[in-house]
Amino acid sequence: MAAVESPTRPTLAAHPAVAVLRAEVIAFRRNWRGWVMSSLGNPIAFLAAMGIGLGSLVDQGGGDATLEVGYVTFVASGLLAASAMQNGFGEGAWPVMAGLKWRRNYEAMMVTPVRPRDLLAGRLLWGTLNFTANLVAFAVIAVAFGALEPVPALLGIAPALLTGVAFQAAATGYTAGLAGDSGLTNAYRFGVMPLFLFSGTFFPIAQLPAFLQAVAVATPLYHGVELTRKVALPGLTPPGVSATPMWVHATYLVVMLVVGSWWAARRLEARLYA
Amino acid sequence: MATSDLDSVPAPDADARQLANAVVARGLTKRFGDLVAVDHVDVEVRAGEAFAFLGANGAGKTSTMKMISTVSPVSDGRLEVLGMDPATQGQAIRARLGVVPQDDNLDLELTVRENLLVYGLYHGLPRRVIHERIDELLQFAQLTEKADAPVDALSGGMKRRLTIARALVNEPDMVLLDEPTTGLDPQARHVLWDRLHELRSRGVTLLLTTHYMDEAEQLADRLVVMDAGRIIALGSPADLIAEHVTREVLEVRFGSAAQASASERLVALDLPEVDSVERLAERAIVYTNDAEATLDHLTAHDLHPRGHLTRRATLEDVFLRLTGRQLVD
Repeated sequence: MAAVESPTRPTLAAHPAVAVLRAEVIAFRRNWRGWVMSSLGNPIAFLAAMGIGLGSLVDQGGGDATLEVGYVTFVASGLLAASAMQNGFGEGAWPVMAGLKWRRNYEAMMVTPVRPRDLLAGRLLWGTLNFTANLVAFAVIAVAFGALEPVPALLGIAPALLTGVAFQAAATGYTAGLAGDSGLTNAYRFGVMPLFLFSGTFFPIAQLPAFLQAVAVATPLYHGVELTRKVALPGLTPPGVSATPMWVHATYLVVMLVVGSWWAARRLEARLYA
Repeated sequence: MATSDLDSVPAPDADARQLANAVVARGLTKRFGDLVAVDHVDVEVRAGEAFAFLGANGAGKTSTMKMISTVSPVSDGRLEVLGMDPATQGQAIRARLGVVPQDDNLDLELTVRENLLVYGLYHGLPRRVIHERIDELLQFAQLTEKADAPVDALSGGMKRRLTIARALVNEPDMVLLDEPTTGLDPQARHVLWDRLHELRSRGVTLLLTTHYMDEAEQLADRLVVMDAGRIIALGSPADLIAEHVTREVLEVRFGSAAQASASERLVALDLPEVDSVERLAERAIVYTNDAEATLDHLTAHDLHPRGHLTRRATLEDVFLRLTGRQLVD
């Protein structure tokens, strides 16, 4: 057997998408410090400022009675999904632009057996790993703050992760068609930030005027936040959470992931096979 | 066990089948909107040879290379690479290709060794095999001491050698090199040519583009001259020179002011040993079978060059004869 062993036999470890994931891990070993700062520092700062700082005021005003939980708990459950969205968008935006334009490692990759769809799959696998690590760290900290209960917090990682990967796929598709990074800054400013603020992370969307509620319900982060909150804070009732069944939120996010991936693969192929 | 019947049957082993041609193109065409970058190119690259596409910038060399490396869809015509169809078997073709692009696209965030490791992973090789090959490739590229250095710290020649080493990690049957020595100093070019000769002697098919005639003469067994997306000549460097230009070349300079009129008179003389004259702004290039006789004739007709130079004909002259333009401006 050993004499005729083929080095390119089709094992899972040799699949091009797994190779892309492994290459990401190799590059990550140089960048992990920046990762800790940007992807963990932010949500923790928000948890401290909004949850604890602002939360003590909200709770004094009776917010905890309306929400059925302390404000810090409400915000922590929302931030699980919202931070995953930000990381998902980030991972689908700047590293993809770099791979296409600045670092140009995607071009180098394309003359190997790696196809655009393998590149995408490998990137989404990397995102899954990356966001999971983030979410676990965030959940542990939220539990340590006393904001969340350990078991529901860990269960809440799954819907938050789905939110993150769905955003990563869509952002990758968006980035693949951009000539430069000004489009990314704009998408962050006019897309991600409003979603972050108005999708139910910091207050129930029932507080919004009716037409803005309709807009919020149409946007993806709302479904990520609602689903994550329903899992992480079981038993919560309106207005703390929506009356919409969980499968509606889950379906929205799964469709976003599938359609986003299809779109991203198409756009990457158009860009890389010119 | 009776084997007599089997003895007469050729082994159906794919590896035993020797491909005659590494690349076959028929009417190969690449369009970008209205621009025709490659215009009905017919070419055959034999397995094991070093083949060059010679041409000025914009002649269609890089577009041709991209189609052969399967990352650019063919607009029209037929293309076969290593016996396979790029449109449907791109992945299998790329598994057996090494590609060295015009601009080094090494990963500057990684070390020399990591660049090779990552490429080995893309090719689906087991780590053990990759690490063995990395040591060999670093030696081949003369980068063993730089193994753990960041790529950023390498010189231009070193980066180029690393890009070539990276293209060899899958032990390819054919290596594509787009302008391999553009931007390198003369010493670095010679080191690189030396490495490419070694590859060639191992039986690897080399396919390169260049706009340097000395590079084509150094490296190529056969070459095509490309201009405006078309192939205008094909052959070995020696054949092309013999076919299109005389053995001797005489360059004569009369000074900027007098050059045009002197060149015109030179042509009008219609000397018997002169094959043709290329009139350039600062000199006339005379393709002659006897440079000494031509110089004597010029003096006899009261044409006194300020300076002259007799030299061997090169591919540069072939290009000039065929296109009326110089290869490198």
